Amino acid sequence: MARINLDHIRHAYGPNPTKPSDYSLKEVHHEWNDGGAYALLGPSGCGKTTLLNIISGLLQPSEGKILFDGKDVTNLSTQERNIAQVFQFPVIYDTMTVYDNLAFPLRNRKVPENEVDRRVTEILEMIGLSDRAKKKAQGLTADQKQKISLGRGLVRSDVSAILFDEPLTVIDPHMKWVLRSQLKRLHKQFGFTMVYVTHDQTEALTFADKVVVMYDGEIVQIGTPAELFEKPKHTFVGYFIGSPGMNVLPAKIDGSSVDLDGQKVALSFAPKIAAGAKTELGIRPEFVRLGREGMPVSISKVEDIGRQKIVRATFANRPIAIVVHEDGEIPAAPKITFDPAAINIYADSWRVGGEA
Amino acid sequence: MEKTWNNKAWFMVLPVLVLVAFSAVIPLMTVVNYSVQDTFGNNEFFWAGTDWFIQVLQSDRFWDALTRNLIFSGIILAIEIPLGILIALNMPKTGLGVPVCLVLMSLPLLIPWNVVGTIWQVFGRVDIGLLGYTLDAIGIPYNYVNNVFDAWVTLIVMDIWHWTSLVVLLCYAGLVSIPDAYYQAAKIDGASRWAVFRYIQLPKMKRVLLIAFLLRFMDSFMIYTEPFVVTGGGPGNATTFLSIDLVKTAIGQFDLGPAAALSLIYFLIILLLSWIFYTVMTNSDAQS
Ligand SMILES: Nc1ncnc2c1ncn2[C@@H]1O[C@H](COP(=O)(O)OP(=O)(O)OP(=O)(O)O)[C@@H](O)[C@H]1O
Ligand SMILES: [Mg+2]
Repeated sequence: MARINLDHIRHAYGPNPTKPSDYSLKEVHHEWNDGGAYALLGPSGCGKTTLLNIISGLLQPSEGKILFDGKDVTNLSTQERNIAQVFQFPVIYDTMTVYDNLAFPLRNRKVPENEVDRRVTEILEMIGLSDRAKKKAQGLTADQKQKISLGRGLVRSDVSAILFDEPLTVIDPHMKWVLRSQLKRLHKQFGFTMVYVTHDQTEALTFADKVVVMYDGEIVQIGTPAELFEKPKHTFVGYFIGSPGMNVLPAKIDGSSVDLDGQKVALSFAPKIAAGAKTELGIRPEFVRLGREGMPVSISKVEDIGRQKIVRATFANRPIAIVVHEDGEIPAAPKITFDPAAINIYADSWRVGGEA
Repeated sequence: MEKTWNNKAWFMVLPVLVLVAFSAVIPLMTVVNYSVQDTFGNNEFFWAGTDWFIQVLQSDRFWDALTRNLIFSGIILAIEIPLGILIALNMPKTGLGVPVCLVLMSLPLLIPWNVVGTIWQVFGRVDIGLLGYTLDAIGIPYNYVNNVFDAWVTLIVMDIWHWTSLVVLLCYAGLVSIPDAYYQAAKIDGASRWAVFRYIQLPKMKRVLLIAFLLRFMDSFMIYTEPFVVTGGGPGNATTFLSIDLVKTAIGQFDLGPAAALSLIYFLIILLLSWIFYTVMTNSDAQS
């Protein structure tokens, strides 16, 4: 259980990095609160695994420091940092039984055998493999192997933090849900700091207090699920979070008035924008109102997804998605308006706030 | 799906059958033929039944040679297998060191047997050999020509020098196939160096080790050329292995019957031992 500080961490896999693109991890400067549950979300190759490996000490960062509770641990080994990590690809020790696999991290640390037994039995129960405890781990299915991998991460109760790298990818949806709630329970019970990598945004949003969105080797936003939804700091977050993602439209901005290829929208504030920046307007499909008044659109497709309908349309020569309620009518000459409070303005892909 | 039954398939396997017949079955049957008959030349043969087999099995010569073979194979396996594993574990996994090590390791394997023998025969000579001369110069008495212990040491060291690389290369192949994630997980789990070897590396090397063990056993049990070149079976009969004894019987004394019987016994021993090793090792794998 520890507060983890990443102090200007950068990492390049190759030697002698010079330009920013040489870095797989570009400047991460961030504090993970003691006992916090964080979801790490981002596209493939954005540096999630790299970041976890740096926290656990499997990888030495090219630059920067790591502090646990204020103490510099940058040069400490994985073992000394006392971190548990569950890997993206399940690792099991083939020649051991399921039980011994789970007991391995404890026995290596000379935990008394009765304590080992208590912990292992508990974890076996949790991952639902009690009946296979004495079986060789060799012949197990992929999802059973992943459960063992997960179990080995959870078996130690005294860790500073547990890092999960997409631990539930091959597990079926129901079991996924069960394991996730078990994880939440364990987190509450033991209060370890938890970082959870996932591709699945529902998983991230339901699981974590804070969601960390990474993009191209950088953390682009850290916030509660609501913050990510309402005020995406970067157009990537808007696009990545939410289904469908945020509509991002090229916009000319003059004071508090926005020109979207001829269509004018008034803002409640006047964003301050540096000269020459590429400006865009972002609006979530949920906040676009479809009706008989406003700006004209032409509808190309309506997708029915149960309680809602997604309308795909063309607006100001751009594709736009609109979410309407399942009973919402779609007029013959459709027009749209934007909910003024939900409009976000971006300069060079970064949000320009009305507040700030 | 319906299967077609006809005899055309036999034509397909015919070339293989012919090839195997000429390369294995016919020579083997010739040996069997000699082993049950007696001949005094002139292509006259007399039925001898199992006489030659009984003669061979009752001779001290056979049992002494067999004992030497077993001791020799036992010693070199006990040294080459652990040594091979140890070297493979310490070989570099990335960088320029990899090709350099691989080439260095392969070199002894590329040298023909009789050349290896000759190299060591000269190397160990007290008058002109680097090894023999040096040992002599620093006051260690060494002479493989008339000292039994020295002769054995020379043969064993030579075999280790020649063949440990094979074990190394096989083990190395097993080691590099282990994904990085295993070592990372071991670090997270706090595994000691020994635990990493015992639970990650050794299980992954198990198959190649079985192959290495069998190859080294069979090869060392059939050893002929090197001791023939270096010691010629001496001093006395101290390094007369079954193969050397066989050649002495067949070509030296021209006793074709006993030699043929000995060949077959020799062949069956190797087959039997290899089969036993294989079964024991694969079974222990399945059980544990
Ligand atoms: N061992 C390595 N050597 C060189 N480059 C690497 C290595 N590991 C990762 N990279 C590079 O670093 C970048 C980040 O990789 P990383 O594995 O951290 O991504 P990720 O976010 O975990 O992706 P995924 O979702 O696919 O697991 C990628 O561009 C990748 O090619
Ligand atoms: Mg990854």
